[in-house]
Amino acid sequence: MSTVTTADHHDEHHDHKPTGIKRWLFTTNHKDIGSLYLIFALAMFFLGGAMAMVIRLELFQPGLQFVDPQFFNQMTTMHGLIMVFGAVMPAFTGLANWMIPMMIGAPDMALPRMNNWSFWILPFAFLILIISMFLPGGGPDFGWTFYAPLSTTYSNDSTALFVFAVHIMGISSIMGAINVIVTIVNMRAPGMTWMKLPLFVWTWLITAFLLIMVMPVLAGVVTMVLTDKYFATSFFDAAGGGDPVLFQHIFWFFGHPEVYIMILPAFGIVSAIVPTFARKKLFGYASMVYATASIAILSFLVWAHHMFTTGMPVFATLFFMYTTMLIAVPTGVKVFNWVATMWRGAMTFEVPMMFALAFIVLFTIGGLSGVMLAITPADFQYHDTYFVVAHFHYVLVSGAVFSIVAAVYYWLPKWTGHMYDEKLGQLHFWCSLISVNLLFFPMHFVGLAGMPRRIPDYALQFADFNAFVSVGGFLFGLSQLIFLWVVIKCARGGEKALAKPWDGAEGLEWEVPSPAPYHTFDTPPQVK
Amino acid sequence: MNAKHSTLIGKLSLLVVAMFAFGYALVPLYDVFCDITGINGKTASEPVSAEAAIIDTSREITIEFIARPNQQMPWIFKPEVRRMRVHPGEIHIMNYLAENPTGRAIVGQAVPSVSPGQAALFFHKIECFCFTQQYLAGGNDMLMPLQFYVDPALPAQFSTITLSYTLYDVTSQWQDSGQDTESEFGE
Repeated sequence: MSTVTTADHHDEHHDHKPTGIKRWLFTTNHKDIGSLYLIFALAMFFLGGAMAMVIRLELFQPGLQFVDPQFFNQMTTMHGLIMVFGAVMPAFTGLANWMIPMMIGAPDMALPRMNNWSFWILPFAFLILIISMFLPGGGPDFGWTFYAPLSTTYSNDSTALFVFAVHIMGISSIMGAINVIVTIVNMRAPGMTWMKLPLFVWTWLITAFLLIMVMPVLAGVVTMVLTDKYFATSFFDAAGGGDPVLFQHIFWFFGHPEVYIMILPAFGIVSAIVPTFARKKLFGYASMVYATASIAILSFLVWAHHMFTTGMPVFATLFFMYTTMLIAVPTGVKVFNWVATMWRGAMTFEVPMMFALAFIVLFTIGGLSGVMLAITPADFQYHDTYFVVAHFHYVLVSGAVFSIVAAVYYWLPKWTGHMYDEKLGQLHFWCSLISVNLLFFPMHFVGLAGMPRRIPDYALQFADFNAFVSVGGFLFGLSQLIFLWVVIKCARGGEKALAKPWDGAEGLEWEVPSPAPYHTFDTPPQVK
Repeated sequence: MNAKHSTLIGKLSLLVVAMFAFGYALVPLYDVFCDITGINGKTASEPVSAEAAIIDTSREITIEFIARPNQQMPWIFKPEVRRMRVHPGEIHIMNYLAENPTGRAIVGQAVPSVSPGQAALFFHKIECFCFTQQYLAGGNDMLMPLQFYVDPALPAQFSTITLSYTLYDVTSQWQDSGQDTESEFGE
């Protein structure tokens, strides 16, 4: 394709683009929608983060100082819901929107109108969820896992709003997932065969299938909660022949694949960044694809490891213990592949690489504490303690969130056409790295010593560690303001970015200019 | 939108609907699974016929009885004795005392749970007040009988079986169904 035709196309489309707020409301452009998702996720990240600050403020000292227990419970619940459904998942969807069409040489997502719809219902879901906190009786306070009977018999009237909000989030995710699958399956450029797909695309394809498989189950279980609470059904009510343990089975049938939904795209991001800055091809591409698929399949066979203390028979606990430990194998394959990619590479340590390296180390720590939790007899000690909190924050904050931050630094030059401020980025990285460990590492110790999660008060012997953790939490929160500043600064201006700002990078997204024009690959590229 | 997209969207939407249905299908599947394996400590909700089982006098099993009303249930509810030693195969009757201290009639439903769960398959009830809803007028009390035996096939590792009843207030459901308001066990 010649440059002249590209320019013509460009102008023509610019004429059709509405201006102002209408551009964003009615946009069907994958780049605009990707940006909307990412900005929304960032806003939710700060909102959920503010709630985490309330939690850490209350836990700074033993006793009750700042908030009453019911509000504390609302904070833990909303923090979880907002971070999972409002920050991490939309951020990955935003990255998918921006990058997948450019990576496979497609002009846009396959279903642009549905794409617009799936984003724009999301703010309303969270509006409903947040409004519920201001109703009499307060918002949801039963934990993001909304176990029955806490969410049925003992919940307040805002539960209907919670259920409605979760339904909307689920519909948004499902539409997004269908869009991703149709795009990847049908719109690859000629020559872009399956085993040439960038790993970010592969991991997202598998994630999208997980979303389609489990989000409907989540929709089902919240509907059961709704009818149990308001329409006298007894799915989870023993008096009517139901069983509260059934709730946990259905919830975790959704909930465990959900944690892989939040980490598989992260694997894809790290698999893109590490080869770039090690200036080597990714070690073991095919094994990465198979490992991702194996993790996805195994994720459906491990759900009851969240429920070891519900009194399952020995056979079932053994089954779920072994399947859970089996997941460490494909995950280990990935970690070793990343390390092997770096082996004897000509490495440089720009900010995306730093976050990717921190991801590999810290995610592995989170993975190892996960293996500890998988050991049934040990889990009886760890269950519902801060050890669990430490575990899932290592995999979700220093795992998923770090990978998203790495991705933003990595592709920001492509999005904005400017280089980010490397010095500020490095400052952000080191502040985040130190504070995230101050924040989450001591939680392992208080957890092993028996401090329960989701309680606003604690025994005196945990006071020092908790003060330490809270300071780490405040520092981590403040560090993210540096990130906000870097992103805003980069969007506004800075050193012009080349089409391929990273000399070791590979992929179609680097063949279009920076910033990426509004429409790319109107004529599909030929992949060699 | 081209035909290739439509076919794929159709298939994926079908998968979404199927998975939503699967979420609901887990409810009966769970019950069936628990009935077959007995892993949830659920005992049968139907009486077994009292078959002349061979009484195994070589060992004694301790049966512990726990009874508690649910938080919303105002009845006083307790077993006559807290524990009993039985030979497998022997048929025993155990009475539970229920008292309604309120001024209004309340209908109760007892839900059993056996611990350890795997022993539930070997705990047989010939007659139980938990099979039906129990009506009790305000200020009255009654004895509710349970007739049971332990299967001689009970594996040797179980020496104690705990039978727990939680009693729920189901008065609202009773009125809805418009059943006869006389309890079959009387006062």
